[in-house]
Amino acid sequence: MKSSTLKFFNLFLFLISFSILQAKTIYAGKNQKIKSLTKAIEYAVAGDSIILYSGKYFEKNIVINKALTIIGKNFPVIDGEKKYEIISIKSDNVVFSGFKIKRSGYATLTDPAAIKVYNTKNITISNNIIDDSFFGIYIQYGTNCKILNNKIYAYGIEEQQIGNGIHCWKSDSLIISGNYISGHRDGIYFEFVTNSVIWRNISKKNIRYGLHFMFSHNDSYIANVFENNGAGVAVMFTNKVKMYNNYFLNNWGDAAYGLLLKEISDSYIEANYFSSNTIGIYMEGVSRTFIRKNTLDKNGWAIKIQASCIDVSMNNNNFTGNSFDVGTNGSLVLNNFNSNYWDKYEGYDLNHDKIGDVPYHPISLFSMIIEKNPPAMILFRSIMVSLLDKTERLIPSITPENLKDNTPHTRKINL
Amino acid sequence: MNKILKYVILDIIRNKIVLTYIFFLFLITLGVFNLEDNSSKGLLSTLNLVLFIVPLVSVIFSTIYIYNSSEFIELLLSQPLKRKSIWLSLFNGLSLSLVFAFIAGTGIPILIYHADITGLLLILSGAILSVIFVSISMLATVYTRDKAKGIGISILLWLYFALVFDGLVLFVTFQFADYPIEKLVLIVSSFNPVDLSRIIILLRLDDSALMGYTGAVFREYLGTGIGITVSFTVLIMWFIVPLYFSLKRFKKMDL
Repeated sequence: MKSSTLKFFNLFLFLISFSILQAKTIYAGKNQKIKSLTKAIEYAVAGDSIILYSGKYFEKNIVINKALTIIGKNFPVIDGEKKYEIISIKSDNVVFSGFKIKRSGYATLTDPAAIKVYNTKNITISNNIIDDSFFGIYIQYGTNCKILNNKIYAYGIEEQQIGNGIHCWKSDSLIISGNYISGHRDGIYFEFVTNSVIWRNISKKNIRYGLHFMFSHNDSYIANVFENNGAGVAVMFTNKVKMYNNYFLNNWGDAAYGLLLKEISDSYIEANYFSSNTIGIYMEGVSRTFIRKNTLDKNGWAIKIQASCIDVSMNNNNFTGNSFDVGTNGSLVLNNFNSNYWDKYEGYDLNHDKIGDVPYHPISLFSMIIEKNPPAMILFRSIMVSLLDKTERLIPSITPENLKDNTPHTRKINL
Repeated sequence: MNKILKYVILDIIRNKIVLTYIFFLFLITLGVFNLEDNSSKGLLSTLNLVLFIVPLVSVIFSTIYIYNSSEFIELLLSQPLKRKSIWLSLFNGLSLSLVFAFIAGTGIPILIYHADITGLLLILSGAILSVIFVSISMLATVYTRDKAKGIGISILLWLYFALVFDGLVLFVTFQFADYPIEKLVLIVSSFNPVDLSRIIILLRLDDSALMGYTGAVFREYLGTGIGITVSFTVLIMWFIVPLYFSLKRFKKMDL
């Protein structure tokens, strides 16, 4: 008797769970019974899928407050008419994919976004096109979210008038991959975001920074392209950052940096490519950081390292075609510059081990002079300056004696 | 006057130095543009050439030329000719041939590789620099009859404009480092035509971004149309003034 009751109970449980698992798919669209996404969300229960057919939808602030999978077919357009936040995700386990979202509202107090995630986890936002919005994708207090393959365009002119492409705040375990961002204030913005991966994104022509992060520990940035941004990439107040195989290109202007590092520690910057930036890498207050196997090509300054940096190891990098290799503001050097390739190296290699026999001093006299005395920049590229630099190379007197490469490579390192 | 000018130019062309100069400039400029991987870098190296070699050749060639034609000048003076027209014809002949040499040697490669306003400005400033240094050498020659001394003065003047002046500017910027001296430095630089033309060109190239705040101040004053007009006016003054003084002295000179 007892066993048969148990069997019956088990069967009952099985049936119940089956009915829960049998989530339905709701079709919405101009030619469907359900005409709008808002209606479809109202009608759905957690676990359902919604498919929205293409068309143009004017819906004021769509709130997704159930665990739904929402997919757009052939990029249905949702227009915020420059008045509303368009999609607000307020439930866990939401998938939102395949939409074209246009023209979110502008407000400085509430920061409306095309897609905003509030205090949830396990969200996937993928394959959307976001056009002309204030903020593109905004995640606050999100955990374990994926932002994949979105295209985010904006046409900002002034910093104050436009938000960030992908803005993440106080979040954890994010994956941001394959996105294309242009024309925003910052392409990707991280503040208090931990344990996240930014992989294979392209961030171009943003007004301020291509990537901007602060207080975001233990994050990895791999194989991204940051090109032609107003001020390049800025990284501040963070430890345990890993930046591998990124491209920092054409960030050219009076205050532009390929990569600006401020108060960074225990980090790895490896195998990146810095080309045509006013300053390739600018370092201030950086400690215990490895900068290895990078290519620094055709920058104004390849490296600017302030005297506040400690234990920075720069090894096996290629320095080619830069106007200045290294600039610094003091004579104290607690960093290691050994085993790089410098195209301006003029030493010799008697035993042919491809390691130069005399140390290389990467700081030119003129770069020291203008660091102390900027108006002397008026002599930039004059003949006297090049003569001074030549003499200083032979007999260093003003440039820091310790800032040198003891084992410079005589051939370009194959990276 | 035109007849004397014609004689001077024919004489200069006949001694073949100017032709060698054209060939030399052409070869170097072409080489520089081919060596650098982008034409902007090529223009930068050409700038160094213009600032260093063009003044040197102009000043030395014209000094020696004037000393060597002293007998010709004496002959002309025995004719019923105004001293002014003789002196100006000499100046015109020298400047025309050197400007022509510069434009043929450097201008053509620049127009081939970098034909924009910056390139044109470089050609223009190179041409003006040639004229300025002809004018300076004429001033040097009227002050001494001793050929060696005259050439010495010319070379010293060139050294002053190409190197010593910059050293003095560096010294001044260090002495007054605590003051906002960007504008002062800018004014001081207009006392040297070589510096002035270097800054005009630099501000138009990508490299000007390296000049930071100082560069921004310079650009505010020199980067505008008015700034360029003013600085070219200063450059033109730089050949008119020495020429005027040399002419004044030549008129009264006891030959």
